[in-house]
Amino acid sequence: MKLIFEEDKEGRQGFSYGASDVPAAKPLPEKYRRKEQASLPSLSELDVVRHFTNLSRLNFSVDTNFYPLGSCTMKYNPKFTERVAAFEGFSQMHPLLPQLSGGGMLAQGSLEVLYGLEKLLSEITGMSAFTLQPMAGAHGELTGAMLIAAYHKKRGDRRKYVIVPDSSHGTNPSSAAIAGYEIKVIPTGPDGYMDLEEYRKNLNTDVAAVMLTCPDTLGIFNPRIKEIADMAHAAGALMYYDGANLNALLGKARPGDIGFDLMHINLHKTFGTPHGGGGPGAGPVGVSSALEPFLPISRVIRRADGTFALDYNYPESIGYIAPFYGNFGVLLKAYAYILALGKEGLIRTAEIAVLNANYCLARLKKYYELPFDKVCMHECVFSASKQAENGVHALDIAKYLIDRGFHPPTIYFPMIVKEALMIEPTETESKETLDAFIDIMIEIAALAKDDPSAVTRAPLNTPVKRLDETRAARQPDLRWKRP
Amino acid sequence: MNYIPHTAEDISRMLSVIGVKEIDDLFKDIPASLRPKSFDLPAAKSEFEVTRSLRLLSGKNASGLVNFVGAGFYDHFIPAAVDSLSGRAEFYTAYTPYQPECSQGWLQAIYEYQSIICELTGMDVSNASLYDGGTALFEAMMIALRQTGRKKVILDSGVSLIYRTMLYTYTSNLSIEFVEIPVAHGQSCRKELLKYLDDKTAAVVFQNPNFFGAVDDYSDMVEEVHRRGALAVASVYPVSLGMLKTPGEMGFDIATGEGQSLGIPLSFGGPYLGFMAVRNDLLRQMPGRIVGATVDSEGRRGFVLTLQTREQHIRRHKATSNICSNEALCALRAAIFISLLGRGGFRELAERNYQKAEFAKDVLSRIEGVEVKRSSPTFNEFTVCLPCRADEAVNRMVEKGFACGFPLGRFYKGMDNYLLIAVTEKRTKEEIRRLADSLEAVI
Repeated sequence: MKLIFEEDKEGRQGFSYGASDVPAAKPLPEKYRRKEQASLPSLSELDVVRHFTNLSRLNFSVDTNFYPLGSCTMKYNPKFTERVAAFEGFSQMHPLLPQLSGGGMLAQGSLEVLYGLEKLLSEITGMSAFTLQPMAGAHGELTGAMLIAAYHKKRGDRRKYVIVPDSSHGTNPSSAAIAGYEIKVIPTGPDGYMDLEEYRKNLNTDVAAVMLTCPDTLGIFNPRIKEIADMAHAAGALMYYDGANLNALLGKARPGDIGFDLMHINLHKTFGTPHGGGGPGAGPVGVSSALEPFLPISRVIRRADGTFALDYNYPESIGYIAPFYGNFGVLLKAYAYILALGKEGLIRTAEIAVLNANYCLARLKKYYELPFDKVCMHECVFSASKQAENGVHALDIAKYLIDRGFHPPTIYFPMIVKEALMIEPTETESKETLDAFIDIMIEIAALAKDDPSAVTRAPLNTPVKRLDETRAARQPDLRWKRP
Repeated sequence: MNYIPHTAEDISRMLSVIGVKEIDDLFKDIPASLRPKSFDLPAAKSEFEVTRSLRLLSGKNASGLVNFVGAGFYDHFIPAAVDSLSGRAEFYTAYTPYQPECSQGWLQAIYEYQSIICELTGMDVSNASLYDGGTALFEAMMIALRQTGRKKVILDSGVSLIYRTMLYTYTSNLSIEFVEIPVAHGQSCRKELLKYLDDKTAAVVFQNPNFFGAVDDYSDMVEEVHRRGALAVASVYPVSLGMLKTPGEMGFDIATGEGQSLGIPLSFGGPYLGFMAVRNDLLRQMPGRIVGATVDSEGRRGFVLTLQTREQHIRRHKATSNICSNEALCALRAAIFISLLGRGGFRELAERNYQKAEFAKDVLSRIEGVEVKRSSPTFNEFTVCLPCRADEAVNRMVEKGFACGFPLGRFYKGMDNYLLIAVTEKRTKEEIRRLADSLEAVI
């Protein structure tokens, strides 16, 4: 497709502000004005509508394709939450209205949403309190790392390290490093669990925290998780729960009960808010009571008369993580989602998510290597190493799936599994959809034996074929330029 | 209400394929001692019930006040096509375009967004978006620290206090030395700043227009910053760039800002859009996703996520940033918004904001006791001094149906009588007149 800049025509304008109703003012002095006008595309409204509509049709999405992208929880996003977030009473609220005198009273609806969501998330996870400010999962991790630092600092305890397993999401070590920590990486043992001996050796009074995903990125729940937490606590370290995989545990286990001290939740994963092509998400951080004084400000409180207010009076708070209260529009959608599902719906979510993943595992394990043959939780991780012997790699399998109308699983992650294929079906996909996907996966396994090139030449049915990524990186072309 | 399609028969057939009797068998790895101590949540509700109760809650917000509050977040008109196009599920229910062959729509849209940000700011390259203007400023500061290997950052106090507070929060464990240069008469105090600018300085941060609405040309200061080997960082209001000198024209190394004004609703603080654009030589220091154009095996143009070796999923703790999810859908809205307006519409938007604010200054300056501060030119926001406490005036104005501005005493000591007033293209002549009449009555 042409770039929107290439559809430009001088003299066209898709939108006009009409005649001005105020008299012309003295112009701004030339010194402050831009000399060169921005070369923006100028098109009719229909041109613009057609351009972006046609672009949208080049994407796979949850609404058009099965999207078993492991670790991303690409479940169905209910439509009604979009409608709720667009209510003008919510969408037109200026975030500074509560700063006007008595302003909390101008935002009672929004504050009640924030208060209500914090209470629900606390009960779901067993945490004592939440900040809703973090705007994505990684942003929550960074907030968590800063809370960890504040906690130790307050105790006069300078600790240098954060421990992560080698199967962790890249954001874990990255977030801890940005907060100023050095990273210790613990290998995964042959049984698929974090190597406890190595863990024990690395734990000491220099360790500030242990960051874990549970179930881990192999989709496995570690039955010794409590022991891991107890060991960390005995060394004075905090336990951080990466909530990326919380969908598996709803109503089945709570991070707070297991012994985690703080955590984030990806609302765009577990609580059904759309991923938006890469965001916006929301990554609220929950903490135990020991960490509560350090939470970012402001916090929403309920007064004795039942009204809601913003409270800034937390002298030990780490400060501002976001300009205001987080991605309110996303928080609101998650709130609506949780209210609709209710207790039973949330428990059922975990059950069916786990059922779906185990069904994929059971049907595919004859065809693909399963590096750790265990009951999985919400996702299962295969290796395409058998297929790779015939030249069919995880990437090729991904491209063939695209040709057949399925979004590929996450590939080459976790890094500890060669040729990894990480499949997370989610609870909203039917048995028929899973069967159709599994049948294609079986077909690929057969082709890998009999006719590998049928897989390696994919995709054939897409708007573009395989793209030259090396060229993209070596000769960066990152923007249109006026010819 | 839930969205699970399974029938009882589906479940029993699936269980038998797995080889277990019941779903609970799949949770046997979770020891009984770790089962929830409590899970006391409300019962399920229908879509109708939840919609109705949230509709009622939305009615408890005073969203209908005539809005003259800005302070970095502005009430602009959003054309219907922005909602309708960004509301296409093929966009909003996709995820990060890791698989380019089935994500060309998203990738091309982000490439177009990056191009638009470069055109607006006059910079060389843009990333695919960050969370908001504040975190974008933090990331810009981190680039400067890495690039220079220095530890000192100078902040002009015309930079929003919200953003300065965020910078302090994010760096509390990184032993960065901050210097804040107070503003004089709402303007950057150049002499004072030069006193602190030295060979240890990593970055100097300005905002244009600044928090008080003052418009400036920082070209001279940027030159001084460069003479000392530091980086000049700007936080800018994108709508103003339809008119104002760009960060690129002033020579800034990094331009950041809050993109909310480009077709994104105020929505009580988010989701918003952090944007960042840099000079070419800082490209590999940039945080976040970047989309690049390339060719496919048949020579056709296509788009991919590129330069990913900067990122956390490859580089882990050595990445330039920990960001993973960004604000892609908000970036898309900005790209659609700008494409609808086009060159002419975007200039018109900036001019209209300027004209309306100038008209408001004129009308308000006629009220006895109200002093409109005119020491600097402004864009669409300006400061007035009232003969009484601004927060009290604001309170009385709410009763008259106005959110009449931001009382500066909330953020700045000694400014209790000052009010910051924003006038966007949405405010009519009539509303501005009524604002003046009502203000006259309450002070």
